[in-house]
Amino acid sequence: MPEENPLVEMEREIVGGDFQRAGDVSSELKNILQQAGFPAPFNRRVVIASYEAEMNVVIHAYRGIFRVQIYSDRVHIEVDDEGPGIPDLELAFQEGYSTAPPHIREMGFGAGYGLSNMKKCSDRLHIDTRVEEGTRVIMDFFLPSFMKG
Amino acid sequence: MSREEIFHSVRLDESKCKGCTHCIRRCPTEAIRVKGGKARINEERCIDCGECIRTCPNYAKYAQSDPLEAIKEFKYTIALPAPAFYAQFKFTLPLSKVLSGLLKIGFHDVFEVARGAEILAEEIKCYLQRRDIVKPVISSACPAVVRLIEVKFPSLLENLLPLDSPLGVVAKIARLEAMKKGYRPREIGIFFITPCPAKVTEVRQSGDDLARVDGAISMSSVYSRLVNELATIEEVIHSQMAGFRGIGWARSGGEQESLGPGEYMAVDGIHHVIAVLEKIEVGELKEVVYCEAQACVGGCIGGVLAVQNPFIAKVNVNHLLQKYNFYAPIEKTHQAEWRKKGVFLRSKPYEAKEVMRLDRDLHRALEKYQTIEKLVEKLPGLDCGACGSPTCRALAEDIVQEKALEVDCPFLLRNRMVDLAVEMYELASKVPQTMIKEEEGKKVGNQNS
Ligand SMILES: Nc1ncnc2c1ncn2[C@@H]1O[C@H](COP(=O)(O)OP(=O)(O)OP(=O)(O)O)[C@@H](O)[C@H]1O
Ligand code: SF4
Ligand SMILES: [Mg+2]
Repeated sequence: MPEENPLVEMEREIVGGDFQRAGDVSSELKNILQQAGFPAPFNRRVVIASYEAEMNVVIHAYRGIFRVQIYSDRVHIEVDDEGPGIPDLELAFQEGYSTAPPHIREMGFGAGYGLSNMKKCSDRLHIDTRVEEGTRVIMDFFLPSFMKG
Repeated sequence: MSREEIFHSVRLDESKCKGCTHCIRRCPTEAIRVKGGKARINEERCIDCGECIRTCPNYAKYAQSDPLEAIKEFKYTIALPAPAFYAQFKFTLPLSKVLSGLLKIGFHDVFEVARGAEILAEEIKCYLQRRDIVKPVISSACPAVVRLIEVKFPSLLENLLPLDSPLGVVAKIARLEAMKKGYRPREIGIFFITPCPAKVTEVRQSGDDLARVDGAISMSSVYSRLVNELATIEEVIHSQMAGFRGIGWARSGGEQESLGPGEYMAVDGIHHVIAVLEKIEVGELKEVVYCEAQACVGGCIGGVLAVQNPFIAKVNVNHLLQKYNFYAPIEKTHQAEWRKKGVFLRSKPYEAKEVMRLDRDLHRALEKYQTIEKLVEKLPGLDCGACGSPTCRALAEDIVQEKALEVDCPFLLRNRMVDLAVEMYELASKVPQTMIKEEEGKKVGNQNS
C-alpha cells in the first residue's frame, strides 16, 4: 500500500478500570466518521470493533493508548496497552472464553465475544501480545470500493 | 390540506420569543440557534420531540395541530383517540362514555388506537420470531424516536421495526371499514387525537392513499370540548373494544407487556433514549429482543399536548388496566386480510438523513473537522450559549459552515477588542514625525505655564 498521509489522526489515552469514561473514545471516533460522511454500515463496523478494543483495555489492562488514522478509503486503528498480555491467543479468540472476574460480569461485560467481534467487524486484525507486558491490537477497515470517490 | 414533504409541527411564535437560550441547550439534535434575537429551528434536524416546547419559559414554541372544526369538511368522520387520551380523565369515568362523547361532539365513528396496538402487537410477535432480525429490534411507534434514528443514528435503521405504528394500522383499518360501508375515499375524514407534535407530523406525512390520516387534533382541545359534554351523556352508544393490552401503550412499558414474556426493555425521555441508542450502536444490548423507546418521559402520557400531569395520568392508566382486564382475541382471518391489504406496512421506508455530515466531499468534510477541532481549542469551553449556538463545539461547526462568526462568541469578541485597544493605544502613541516638535514644545510650554 502506498504511504499516503492520513486525513485525520487522533490519539487518546485509555485508563484501565475507568468505567465512567469507558466508551468515550469510540463515541468520539463515531462522531468523526459520521461527520466525515462515511456510510453508516461501515461506521457501525468500525465503532463496534473499536469499542471492543477500548473495553478490553478498560477491563483487562492497566492503561493504553488508542490511535486512529483516517484515510479517504480506510480507517486504521492501533490500541497499545500495558497489561497482563494474553497467554493463549487462540483460546482468547474462542467465543465465550473470558477471564473477566465476576464483578465485571455483573456489569454486563466478559461474555467472551469481544475478540471474535473485532475479527468479524474488521477487514484485517493483528494482535501482538507479551505476557506481563502488554498487548497491541491493530485493525484495518476498508471502504467498499463502490463507495470511493 | 396539502401533504408536505418537510413538515414540522413544532413552531415558533416570534412575537413571544425573547431570544433566551433555554431551548437551544435542551434540543437533542442541536437543531435550534438564536439569530438576530430570535430562535430559529433547523427543519432538517428537528425531530418534533417537543423538548423546546416544554422548556420555553415564554411559551413561544407551540405545536401546530388541526382545529376540531376541520372535521366539518367531510361527510363521514372517524376519531382515532390515542391510548394516552383515556388517561386524561379520572379513572372512575367509564371509557365507553369517553368514546360516546366523541360521537356527541361530531364524529360519526370511533376507532381506538389502543385496539390498533393490540392488533399490531400480534404482528410484532410474528416479526420477532424471524431469524434475520437485527437485535434489539427498536419500536417504531414513537415518530420522534424514528426521526431521531434517521437523523443521528443512521446505522441503527436496520434495527427499526419495519412495521407501521398503531396509529397507522388503525387508520388503515378504519378507512377500509368506512369504504365497506359505501363511502368514497374523499368523503371519509380520519382524525387522530394526538398527544404530541411528532404525531401531527406523522399524520401530515401519511400519504394520500389507504394510509391517509386527514388531520391531527390536539388531545387538549378535544379534552376541553368533551369535559363539558360528559355530564349530559346518558346513553352509551359506543362500546369499547381495547382492553389492558392496548390501553397499556399509553405509557412506557405497555408495548412489551402486550408482547408476552421475552427479553425486552423500555426507555423513555429523549435524552435517555439517546444514551441507550449509543449503547446499541457500539454493539451492546444484543441479548435484548425488543426495545421500546419513547421520546416523552413516561411515554405518551407525557406528550406536550396532554392536559393531565403525566404522573397522575399514570395512576389513571394503572386503574384502567385493572378495570379493563380483558383481551378480545384477534381473528386470524382478519389479521390475514389486513396483512394482504398492507395495513402493517409503512407508507414510507426509513431513510438516513445524513444531516451530521460536514460536507458532501469526504476530503472537505475532514478538513472542516480539523478546523473545528482547532476552533474548539480556541473557544472558552463554557457552553454558555451567548453566541446563539448550543455549545462551543456547535459554534465551531457553525463557523466552519459559514453560518456564524468567531466574534459571535462574546469572549473572543472581548479578546479581539482588547487586542484592538492595545493596537490603538500603540498607534496613538506613534505621533507623526512632522508633529513631534510641536507636540513636545506644547507639552514643555504647558508645563511652564
Ligand atoms: N487487552 C487485553 N489485555 C489482556 N487480556 C486480554 C486483552 N484483551 C483480551 N484479553 C483476554 O482475552 C479474553 C477474551 O477477550 P474477549 O474480548 O473476547 O472477551 P472478554 O473481554 O472477556 O468479554 P467481552 O469482550 O465479551 O466483554 C479476555 O477474557 C482476556 O483474558
Ligand atoms: S412518546 Fe408518544 S407522545 Fe411522546 S413524542 Fe413519542 S409518540 Fe408522541
Ligand atoms: Mg472484551
